[in-house]
Order: sequence, then structure tokens, then C-alpha cells
Amino acid sequence: MNDELAIEVRGLRKRYGDLEAVRGLDFAVRRGEVYGLLGPNGAGKTTTVEILEGYRDRSDGDVTVLGHDPQLRARELRERVGIVLQSTGIYRHLTVREVLAHFAGLYPAPRGVEEVIELVGLGGKEDARTRTLSGGQLRRLDLALALIGDPELIFLDEPTTGFDPAARRGAWDTIRSLKALGKTVVLTTHYLDEAQALADRVAIVKDGRILVEGAPSELGAGDGATRYRVAWRNGSGLLNQRETDDPTSLLHELTSAALERGERLDSLSVTRPTLEDVYLELTADA
Amino acid sequence: MPEPRSVAALSWRQFRLERTMFWRNPSAAFFNFLLPLLFLVLLCAVLTKQSDRDVIVPGIAGMAVLATTFSALAYNVVFLREQGILKRMRGTPLPSGAYLLGIAGNAVANTAIQVVLIVVAGKVFYGIDWPQDVPELVLFVVLGVVCFASLGVALAHAIPTFEAATVYVNVIFLPVVFISIDAAHDPAFLRGIAEALPLAHLIDGLSAAMVSGEGLGDEWSALGVLVVWTVLGVALAIRGFSWEQRRG
Repeated sequence: MNDELAIEVRGLRKRYGDLEAVRGLDFAVRRGEVYGLLGPNGAGKTTTVEILEGYRDRSDGDVTVLGHDPQLRARELRERVGIVLQSTGIYRHLTVREVLAHFAGLYPAPRGVEEVIELVGLGGKEDARTRTLSGGQLRRLDLALALIGDPELIFLDEPTTGFDPAARRGAWDTIRSLKALGKTVVLTTHYLDEAQALADRVAIVKDGRILVEGAPSELGAGDGATRYRVAWRNGSGLLNQRETDDPTSLLHELTSAALERGERLDSLSVTRPTLEDVYLELTADA
Repeated sequence: MPEPRSVAALSWRQFRLERTMFWRNPSAAFFNFLLPLLFLVLLCAVLTKQSDRDVIVPGIAGMAVLATTFSALAYNVVFLREQGILKRMRGTPLPSGAYLLGIAGNAVANTAIQVVLIVVAGKVFYGIDWPQDVPELVLFVVLGVVCFASLGVALAHAIPTFEAATVYVNVIFLPVVFISIDAAHDPAFLRGIAEALPLAHLIDGLSAAMVSGEGLGDEWSALGVLVVWTVLGVALAIRGFSWEQRRG
């Protein structure tokens, strides 16, 4: 076990009867890193995360989380991990402050209730019964409950679903502040801009396998999948666009031809594929 | 004073939270709490002969045990499972045993309050003396609580959704109460069913402790049937327990 790693997964498999939801995953999450798991519905993301959280037993492979095997469900491990599940209810008849105070009592060294309320942006709602909260506010309470124990490792399963754009930015700031505190975050999301904005590294998962892994800005670079897009306006003002995996040669060709003709290439741009381009290309059904 | 995060301290903490929530939820308070008391008042208003009331009061005490444990826990576990609260609690360091003790303790607190209210009402309004044999009463209430609480949790495994819970619970609760409250006067066919089930035996034991004063020596068969159902209930409650809603 490498102390630099918060999570190490080797050859992970999970079968439900005849269905194999996870088919041999290998990945590692470094301490202090925000790691994103991306993929379409049914890709195996949630199954994988729930195995790491200790909710499910794996069928095969090795998994280490903060030095523990999560399926043994050691209390010491659960004290160091915070979890935001995809959809979970909460005690409807209690107030925000009461719920957080109750959960704080379950951990050895919790953060302050008021501090966490401010951190997730629920200030002013402390004394509201949870059943009166909006969907976005409940999601923030989920995040608050995951943070109350001051965990080292935080699992966020689609943490901003149902947020309006401003609340989403707020949640992003909270997640960035966790990273600044040295916490490790495992994030599953459908929102590619969210992964691009937050994750140090992402893995794109489909059909229970990792298709590609790397920093969002570099994903796909260097392998055959990368297509740079070069766009410019020709002499008659028409917008041209061409894709290439060798932008250097294409630019040379375009610019020297233009210089020979004594023209300018207006609006010339070269764009790297976004995470979204890579994602859509990789997860498209053949 | 136990260490603040010991299993005992955490059970107590969860118990107190469950009590707070119980009193803030009027519909739960009504069905678990007022319904058996309402039955007591109505039945004793209709049946004024002392010999009838001697049957009704321990019968309602048995019904109260069933309502506060079996029905309440079946509803509660299905609700907590469907809402995802069981799953959420499972992700915290709270030991599962402490959590379940807190929930069961909430049900048992209701049972204790109900039985005391029924005993007091029997003495004050319905011509029944204080219980003849208090240790016997406590023994039967405790055994009844464990038996019906475990059967309620076991039933929760069979209930698919919270919407369906009312049907599942009442299709058992109402007929069983009906045939068990005065099993001795049931037609032979119904008496056979009632005597195979635990409630009539609980009421039998409660009646001995509260009214007739027959000692434990006369109640071995009632105890035996209750113990058999308790063992079955505990085994089924543990075996099928699921922390989350089955999907689809």
C-alpha cells in the first residue's frame, strides 16, 4: 500500500446474477486529489463508488480505501469518509441544525455545525424543518452531512443535480475549498463542465470499463482520438473548418498558401477537443 | 457516564432523536398511540358488564403491544428504507446495532406508556384492580415486545413500498386482533387459528397477570408459543434485512 494513495483499485469486478456491471477496473486516487468518474447511465459508476463506500461487496479484485478494505466496514474507516449519495432522504421533522448536531455526535472530531451550515450556503435555514427545504437546499444539506465529520475522503455522487447555476457555482467553490484543505474527493457527475472545472483527473467509464483516464485538459491528447479543430475565414469571408490530428502541418499549409496569395486568414483559431468532445466520441454507441 | 461514542451512548442518542421525531409527527402519534386507547374507551362504553371488561382491558393491552411494535416497526422500517435514511445512516460511523436499538427503543417506549395508561384506566374507570402479578405482567410485555417487534421488522422485508404498507400491516393486524381478543369464545375454527398465533397467548398471559392472578405455572403453554414465534421472528428479521430499497 502506497501512502500517497487514498484509493487503490485493481481488477475490480461486480456481477449481479448474469449481468456484469463492473468488468475489471484499475485506478488509483492520490491523496489531496479531486478524481472524477464520468460516464453514461448504467456505466457502472455508482456501483463502483458504492463498493468503495462499503455498501456493496465486490465479486472480484482488490480495493483499498485509506488503508482499509471497505467491505469489512471498519468503523475507523467510516469516521474518515464522508458520503453524498445520489438520492437519500433525511429526517423530515427535524431542523437543519438538529440534523447536523445529531450527525456531528457520531464522529470523533466533527466540524462545527454553524461553520458547516455557512460553508454549504444554508445560512438563514438553520431552524427550518428539513421537509420545507427545496431540492437544491436538500442537496446542500446532503453535502453538509458528508462534511460534518471532517472527513479526509469525500465521495460525491452527482452532487449538483437540481441546482440552479448560481448554487452550482457555490457548490463548486465548496468543493475547491475542500481540495484547498487537502481533502481527497471522488466525484461522479453527468456534467462534463463540472468535471472539467473541478477534477484533477477523470476516468471515462462505459460498460463497466475505464475507456480513458487523465487530466481533463489533456484527455485524449497523444492518442489517435485527438482531433484539433482549425477554423478560419477565407478571402470571400466564408468560415472554413477542418479537423486534424496534426495541426502544425495544417497551419503551415494554410498560412503559406495565404501568404502566397497575399491574403490574411481572418478569425484563425485552433481549438483542442474539449472534455465533452472526447466524452461524446468515446461513449457514442458504435 | 459511558464514553460519549460507546454503543450504549450512541443508542441512547438515537433513541432520543427518534422520540423527538415521533412527537413531531402527528399521524404516527395517532395510529400508534391513540387508536388502542380509543378502542378501549369505545368498547368499554358498549360493554358495561364487568365480566366483559375483564376480557376487554387485557385484550386492548395486547392490541397496544401489537400496534406499538409490530405495526409501528413495519411502517417505520419500510419508510426509512424507501426514504434512503437507512442507507444514509449505514454510511456513518454509527454502529448498526446502536441504530436499530434506538429505533426499537422508540417503539418500546410507546409500548410501556400504553400499557401503563391501560392499567391505570382499568383501575380508575373500568373496575379492574391494580395488576395481580407485576413481574408476570412485565415478563409478558417484554416477551410480547421482542416477539412482535421482530415480526414487524420481518414483515417489512416483504412490503415492497411504503404506499403498500398500510394494506400489508392491516390485513394482518385487524383480523388477528379481532380473533385474539377473546379467543376462548371464538368458534372452534377461528380459535384454532388464534391459538396458533402469538397474540391470543400474549393476551392470555396479560389477563392472568392483570385480572385473574393465575401464576406463571398456569401460563407455560402461552409462554411456549410466544417463545417459538419470537425465535422465528428474530431469525426472519435478521435474515432478510436490507439497508436499501430494491430497485425496479
